[in-house]
Amino acid sequence: MSRRNFQSILCAGLVLAAIVRAVAAPLGVGDKFPELSGIALEGKLPALEGRVLVVDFWASWCGPCKEAFPALARVHAWYGQRGVVVLGVSVDQKENEYADFLKKFTVRFPTVRDHEQKLVALVQVPAMPTTYVIGRDGRVRAILSGYHGAATDKELRTTLNTILAENSSP
Amino acid sequence: MIRHRSFRPVLFLCAIVGAGLLGGCTTTMVQPWERAALTTYSMRTDRDPLASAMAEHTWFSREAATGGRGVGGSGCGCN
Repeated sequence: MSRRNFQSILCAGLVLAAIVRAVAAPLGVGDKFPELSGIALEGKLPALEGRVLVVDFWASWCGPCKEAFPALARVHAWYGQRGVVVLGVSVDQKENEYADFLKKFTVRFPTVRDHEQKLVALVQVPAMPTTYVIGRDGRVRAILSGYHGAATDKELRTTLNTILAENSSP
Repeated sequence: MIRHRSFRPVLFLCAIVGAGLLGGCTTTMVQPWERAALTTYSMRTDRDPLASAMAEHTWFSREAATGGRGVGGSGCGCN
Protein backbone atom coordinates (compact mmCIF):
# COMPACT_ATOMS: atom_id res chain seq x y z
CA MET A 1 0.00 0.00 0.00
CA SER A 2 1.41 3.33 -1.00
CA ARG A 3 1.81 6.17 1.44
CA ARG A 4 -0.87 8.17 -0.35
CA ASN A 5 -3.41 5.38 -0.06
CA PHE A 6 -2.61 4.95 3.59
CA GLN A 7 -3.12 8.66 4.17
CA SER A 8 -6.48 8.52 2.33
CA ILE A 9 -7.68 5.66 4.54
CA LEU A 10 -6.54 7.46 7.66
CA CYS A 11 -8.27 10.69 6.62
CA ALA A 12 -11.50 8.87 5.77
CA GLY A 13 -11.39 7.09 9.13
CA LEU A 14 -10.88 10.31 11.03
CA VAL A 15 -13.74 12.00 9.16
CA LEU A 16 -16.02 9.05 9.92
CA ALA A 17 -14.93 9.09 13.54
CA ALA A 18 -15.76 12.79 13.75
CA ILE A 19 -19.20 12.16 12.19
CA VAL A 20 -19.93 9.33 14.64
CA ARG A 21 -18.80 11.58 17.49
CA ALA A 22 -20.99 14.46 16.30
CA VAL A 23 -24.08 12.27 15.86
CA ALA A 24 -23.66 10.74 19.32
CA ALA A 25 -23.01 14.08 21.03
CA PRO A 26 -24.51 14.32 24.50
CA LEU A 27 -27.46 16.60 25.15
CA GLY A 28 -26.38 19.99 26.44
CA VAL A 29 -27.95 22.96 28.18
CA GLY A 30 -30.23 24.79 25.75
CA ASP A 31 -30.88 21.68 23.64
CA LYS A 32 -34.40 20.39 23.11
CA PHE A 33 -35.08 17.38 25.32
CA PRO A 34 -36.50 14.40 23.39
CA GLU A 35 -40.30 14.11 23.39
CA LEU A 36 -41.03 11.46 26.02
CA SER A 37 -44.33 10.42 24.48
CA GLY A 38 -42.47 9.41 21.32
CA ILE A 39 -40.21 6.93 23.09
CA ALA A 40 -41.26 3.49 24.25
CA LEU A 41 -41.08 3.80 28.02
CA GLU A 42 -42.57 1.23 30.37
CA GLY A 43 -44.91 2.81 32.86
CA LYS A 44 -47.38 5.65 32.94
CA LEU A 45 -46.12 9.11 32.20
CA PRO A 46 -47.57 11.91 34.34
CA ALA A 47 -49.15 14.98 32.73
CA LEU A 48 -46.23 16.98 31.37
CA GLU A 49 -47.96 19.67 29.33
CA GLY A 50 -46.77 23.13 30.40
CA ARG A 51 -44.81 21.75 33.34
CA VAL A 52 -41.23 22.23 34.39
CA LEU A 53 -39.77 18.76 34.23
CA VAL A 54 -37.03 17.20 36.33
CA VAL A 55 -35.89 13.97 34.72
CA ASP A 56 -33.64 11.77 36.81
CA PHE A 57 -31.90 8.83 35.16
CA TRP A 58 -31.33 6.06 37.67
CA ALA A 59 -30.72 2.33 37.92
CA SER A 60 -31.30 -0.28 40.61
CA TRP A 61 -27.58 -1.15 40.56
CA CYS A 62 -26.49 2.46 41.11
CA GLY A 63 -25.78 3.42 44.74
CA PRO A 64 -25.68 7.23 44.35
CA CYS A 65 -29.02 7.05 42.51
CA LYS A 66 -30.65 5.73 45.68
CA GLU A 67 -29.04 8.50 47.73
CA ALA A 68 -30.63 11.08 45.44
CA PHE A 69 -34.17 9.76 45.88
CA PRO A 70 -35.10 11.48 49.17
CA ALA A 71 -34.03 14.86 47.80
CA LEU A 72 -35.97 14.30 44.57
CA ALA A 73 -39.01 13.24 46.55
CA ARG A 74 -38.80 16.48 48.54
CA VAL A 75 -38.56 18.49 45.32
CA HIS A 76 -41.55 16.61 43.95
CA ALA A 77 -43.56 17.36 47.09
CA TRP A 78 -42.50 20.99 47.53
CA TYR A 79 -42.54 22.13 43.91
CA GLY A 80 -45.37 19.95 42.66
CA GLN A 81 -48.00 22.59 43.34
CA ARG A 82 -45.93 25.16 41.44
CA GLY A 83 -45.95 23.15 38.22
CA VAL A 84 -42.84 21.02 38.61
CA VAL A 85 -42.92 17.32 37.84
CA VAL A 86 -40.14 14.96 38.91
CA LEU A 87 -39.86 11.91 36.71
CA GLY A 88 -37.49 9.04 37.37
CA VAL A 89 -36.29 7.12 34.34
CA SER A 90 -34.81 3.76 35.18
CA VAL A 91 -32.31 2.34 32.71
CA ASP A 92 -32.68 -1.18 34.11
CA GLN A 93 -32.97 -3.69 31.30
CA LYS A 94 -34.14 -6.52 33.53
CA GLU A 95 -37.73 -6.08 34.60
CA ASN A 96 -37.37 -8.13 37.79
CA GLU A 97 -34.50 -5.97 39.05
CA TYR A 98 -36.58 -2.84 38.48
CA ALA A 99 -39.67 -4.35 40.12
CA ASP A 100 -37.69 -5.72 43.09
CA PHE A 101 -36.11 -2.35 43.65
CA LEU A 102 -39.46 -0.57 43.65
CA LYS A 103 -40.80 -3.14 46.12
CA LYS A 104 -37.84 -2.67 48.44
CA PHE A 105 -37.57 1.13 48.27
CA THR A 106 -40.49 3.49 48.21
CA VAL A 107 -39.94 5.95 45.41
CA ARG A 108 -42.15 8.96 46.10
CA PHE A 109 -42.27 10.36 42.58
CA PRO A 110 -43.40 8.92 39.24
CA THR A 111 -40.93 6.64 37.56
CA VAL A 112 -40.83 4.81 34.25
CA ARG A 113 -38.42 2.30 32.75
CA ASP A 114 -36.40 2.91 29.62
CA HIS A 115 -36.18 -0.82 29.03
CA GLU A 116 -34.70 -0.49 25.55
CA GLN A 117 -32.31 2.24 26.74
CA LYS A 118 -33.37 4.39 23.82
CA LEU A 119 -33.96 7.62 25.71
CA VAL A 120 -30.74 7.34 27.69
CA ALA A 121 -28.79 6.67 24.51
CA LEU A 122 -30.39 9.70 22.84
CA VAL A 123 -29.58 11.91 25.78
CA GLN A 124 -26.13 10.37 26.37
CA VAL A 125 -26.07 10.84 30.12
CA PRO A 126 -22.55 11.59 31.35
CA ALA A 127 -22.89 9.66 34.64
CA MET A 128 -25.33 7.75 36.79
CA PRO A 129 -27.39 9.37 38.15
CA THR A 130 -27.90 12.46 36.03
CA THR A 131 -30.74 14.90 36.51
CA TYR A 132 -32.00 17.12 33.71
CA VAL A 133 -34.06 20.20 34.47
CA ILE A 134 -36.26 21.03 31.49
CA GLY A 135 -38.11 24.29 31.15
CA ARG A 136 -41.69 24.71 29.98
CA ASP A 137 -40.37 25.23 26.44
CA GLY A 138 -38.89 21.72 26.47
CA ARG A 139 -35.30 22.94 26.52
CA VAL A 140 -32.69 21.70 28.96
CA ARG A 141 -31.96 24.34 31.59
CA ALA A 142 -29.51 22.42 33.77
CA ILE A 143 -27.71 19.10 33.86
CA LEU A 144 -26.74 17.76 37.26
CA SER A 145 -24.24 15.02 36.68
CA GLY A 146 -23.88 12.57 39.54
CA TYR A 147 -25.25 13.11 43.03
CA HIS A 148 -23.13 15.18 45.42
CA GLY A 149 -25.51 15.55 48.35
CA ALA A 150 -26.34 19.06 49.53
CA ALA A 151 -24.47 20.69 46.62
CA THR A 152 -26.65 18.92 44.05
CA ASP A 153 -29.82 19.62 46.07
CA LYS A 154 -28.97 23.31 46.24
CA GLU A 155 -28.20 23.53 42.52
CA LEU A 156 -31.48 21.83 41.68
CA ARG A 157 -33.52 24.13 43.92
CA THR A 158 -31.73 27.23 42.63
CA THR A 159 -32.41 26.24 39.02
CA LEU A 160 -36.07 25.52 39.74
CA ASN A 161 -36.51 28.80 41.62
CA THR A 162 -34.98 30.69 38.68
CA ILE A 163 -37.26 29.01 36.15
CA LEU A 164 -40.37 29.52 38.28
CA ALA A 165 -39.48 33.17 38.89
CA GLU A 166 -39.16 33.71 35.11
CA ASN A 167 -42.53 32.13 34.47
CA SER A 168 -44.32 34.10 37.17
CA SER A 169 -42.85 37.49 36.19
CA PRO A 170 -45.05 39.64 33.88
CA MET B 1 -0.16 -0.28 -16.06
CA ILE B 2 -3.24 -2.48 -16.52
CA ARG B 3 -2.31 -4.47 -13.44
CA HIS B 4 -1.98 -1.28 -11.40
CA ARG B 5 -5.50 -0.18 -12.41
CA SER B 6 -7.04 -3.47 -11.31
CA PHE B 7 -5.90 -2.72 -7.77
CA ARG B 8 -7.99 0.41 -7.47
CA PRO B 9 -11.29 -1.25 -6.47
CA VAL B 10 -9.41 -3.27 -3.86
CA LEU B 11 -7.82 -0.15 -2.46
CA PHE B 12 -11.18 1.59 -2.44
CA LEU B 13 -12.65 -1.35 -0.53
CA CYS B 14 -9.71 -1.23 1.88
CA ALA B 15 -10.36 2.49 2.40
CA ILE B 16 -14.02 1.84 3.23
CA VAL B 17 -13.22 -1.03 5.61
CA GLY B 18 -10.38 0.95 7.19
CA ALA B 19 -12.63 3.97 7.66
CA GLY B 20 -15.28 1.77 9.24
CA LEU B 21 -12.77 0.21 11.61
CA LEU B 22 -11.33 3.55 12.65
CA GLY B 23 -14.82 4.98 13.07
CA GLY B 24 -15.67 2.11 15.37
CA CYS B 25 -12.91 3.21 17.74
CA THR B 26 -15.10 6.07 18.91
CA THR B 27 -17.88 3.81 20.18
CA THR B 28 -15.99 1.21 22.18
CA MET B 29 -16.43 2.86 25.57
CA VAL B 30 -18.88 1.28 27.98
CA GLN B 31 -21.49 3.95 28.61
CA PRO B 32 -22.56 4.90 32.15
CA TRP B 33 -25.98 3.30 31.68
CA GLU B 34 -24.47 0.03 30.41
CA ARG B 35 -22.57 -0.81 33.59
CA ALA B 36 -25.13 -3.06 35.23
CA ALA B 37 -23.05 -6.18 34.57
CA LEU B 38 -19.97 -4.52 36.06
CA THR B 39 -21.75 -3.99 39.38
CA THR B 40 -22.72 -7.60 39.91
CA TYR B 41 -21.25 -9.56 42.79
CA SER B 42 -19.34 -11.87 40.47
CA MET B 43 -17.36 -8.89 39.14
CA ARG B 44 -15.95 -8.05 42.56
CA THR B 45 -12.33 -8.93 43.15
CA ASP B 46 -13.08 -9.84 46.78
CA ARG B 47 -16.05 -12.12 46.05
CA ASP B 48 -14.20 -15.20 47.33
CA PRO B 49 -12.94 -14.69 50.93
CA LEU B 50 -10.65 -17.74 50.81
CA ALA B 51 -9.04 -16.68 47.54
CA SER B 52 -8.63 -13.17 48.89
CA ALA B 53 -6.97 -14.46 52.06
CA MET B 54 -4.60 -16.64 50.04
CA ALA B 55 -3.73 -13.78 47.71
CA GLU B 56 -3.12 -11.56 50.72
CA HIS B 57 -0.86 -14.18 52.30
CA THR B 58 1.11 -14.61 49.08
CA TRP B 59 1.40 -10.86 48.75
CA PHE B 60 2.82 -10.12 52.16
CA SER B 61 5.04 -13.20 52.11
CA ARG B 62 6.58 -12.05 48.87
CA GLU B 63 6.73 -8.35 49.64
CA ALA B 64 7.40 -8.63 53.38
CA ALA B 65 4.67 -6.05 53.77
CA THR B 66 1.90 -7.16 56.13
CA GLY B 67 -1.16 -5.02 55.53
CA GLY B 68 0.53 -3.39 52.58
CA ARG B 69 -2.30 -4.40 50.32
CA GLY B 70 -5.45 -2.41 50.64
CA VAL B 71 -4.33 -0.05 53.42
CA GLY B 72 -2.07 2.97 53.43
CA GLY B 73 1.59 2.32 54.14
CA SER B 74 3.73 -0.72 53.54
CA GLY B 75 6.87 -2.47 54.71
CA CYS B 76 9.07 -0.49 52.40
CA GLY B 77 8.83 2.60 54.57
CA CYS B 78 8.20 4.75 51.55
CA ASN B 79 4.68 5.81 52.43
